[in-house]
Amino acid sequence: MKSVVAIIRQEKYPDVKNALTAIGCEGMNVSEVKGRGSQKGIKESYRGSSYCIDLIPKTRIEIIVKDEGVDTIVNAIIEGAKTGNIGDGKIFIYPVDNVIRIRTGEEGDGAV
Amino acid sequence: MDVFSAGDTAWVLICTILVIMMSIPAVAFFYGGLSKRKNVLNTMFLSFIAFAIFSVIWVVFGYSVAFGEPSLWGFIGQPGDFFLQSMGINDLSGSIPTILFVVFQLAFAGLTAALVSGGLVGRMKTKAWVIFITIWAIVVYLPIAHWVWGGGWLMNMGALDFAGGTVVHINSGITALAVALVLGKRKDISLIPHNLGYAVLGAGLLWVGWMGFNGGSGLGANGLAANAILVSNIAAAIALIVWCILDTIIVGKPTVLGAISGGVAGLVAITPAAGFVDVPGALVIGAVAPFVSYFAIYYLKPKLGYDDALDVFGIHGMSGIWGAIATGIFAAPAINEAAGLLYGNPGQVWVQIVSVVATLVYSFVISYVLAKILDKALDGIRVKDSEEITGLDTNLHEESAYNFN
Repeated sequence: MKSVVAIIRQEKYPDVKNALTAIGCEGMNVSEVKGRGSQKGIKESYRGSSYCIDLIPKTRIEIIVKDEGVDTIVNAIIEGAKTGNIGDGKIFIYPVDNVIRIRTGEEGDGAV
Repeated sequence: MDVFSAGDTAWVLICTILVIMMSIPAVAFFYGGLSKRKNVLNTMFLSFIAFAIFSVIWVVFGYSVAFGEPSLWGFIGQPGDFFLQSMGINDLSGSIPTILFVVFQLAFAGLTAALVSGGLVGRMKTKAWVIFITIWAIVVYLPIAHWVWGGGWLMNMGALDFAGGTVVHINSGITALAVALVLGKRKDISLIPHNLGYAVLGAGLLWVGWMGFNGGSGLGANGLAANAILVSNIAAAIALIVWCILDTIIVGKPTVLGAISGGVAGLVAITPAAGFVDVPGALVIGAVAPFVSYFAIYYLKPKLGYDDALDVFGIHGMSGIWGAIATGIFAAPAINEAAGLLYGNPGQVWVQIVSVVATLVYSFVISYVLAKILDKALDGIRVKDSEEITGLDTNLHEESAYNFN
């Protein structure tokens, strides 16, 4: 099992969600995060003073999948999130030791 | 002879409530929204506690010091009527009950104290603020209110201040600057509002409340009140537009904070003039105010290096100075008998300048010295570095504004 974590543009979340739905992936954890990368910051101005806001709001999606489903999920996320510009985000893949469904006590692939 | 008027009384009652709304919640939201997330409660608290303290001082002896008769050397009123004990509910001041005038002026006093807090947010001890604003109310606000409105020396000189250009705005602005200088700069002096929506809400409430602030200052329901509301709204509107234009030229886009700052600057500038000027005068007063305040915020503040956190001096002080002097230029006899420079009375400008300088000097010196004394007496009026960094809400109040519960 793997945890696929994607940091994407906020405005691309609907496209990513649709792309994942199209391949039958419904379950995900979504959170609003802030971060910085090669996109650098965005400029904001308050009473004549400009500030570089270098922590940019992004959307973080986390999906737990069976090993064989990783590539499909990754491709769907890329399809939905890609604009071709700096700031499109990144995808991280982590191993997951175990998954336990609280309601039934199921473990492993059956609980994904 | 004083004759009771139900119409005048009803109007001034409404205006009193509008002015109370300007302090709580308007100033609290305006300043609270502009402050940092970790300090929003403390920022709002400063306004509330200041208003509450001054409300009590006002009825214990404040009113009689500001408006008591006879005037003692033109400096303060005769402080004889403690707890308003000699005042009956049917006593009249003109066509309204005297106690209504008392509470109307109470709202002005409380608002002025609340306005001061914007210059020092994010770094002042609660105890220091409470002691400072209590003493300041007595030794700074009360005398200046007497000078200008209570039969004091500036009033006798013929200074024109319809609704508080000197007493409220210049006074609060220069006081904020004095305390900010004693406190020193915050560790993070960036003005990045944690909730600009709060500030917009506060500014909107201020705008509405200001109609009572200026509209009630003639103490009657009549054409003068209507003119005051008309010119106040015009000045605010043109100032908002001009600030947006300045923003567009300087930073490339109109900003919402700029728009509301412009509106407030226009309202500040028209305050002393609202009962004396006509529409063209109001348009000029409102249009110039953003240039004056923008200059103070954009150029003067960084150049001189003071940390007037939310630009109380920049907006209230500077536009207040402009408005007070402009009153001496644009006062039109057709509105309220007083004539300014444009109507053949250049001497009025001089009187206005004297009132501005007197307010600036007295208020700054006393406020600065008072803050310095408290700084010594209280082992500093500034919070510890660690408290400032982690936020005043949790450290000074054991509360936080936003929780996931």
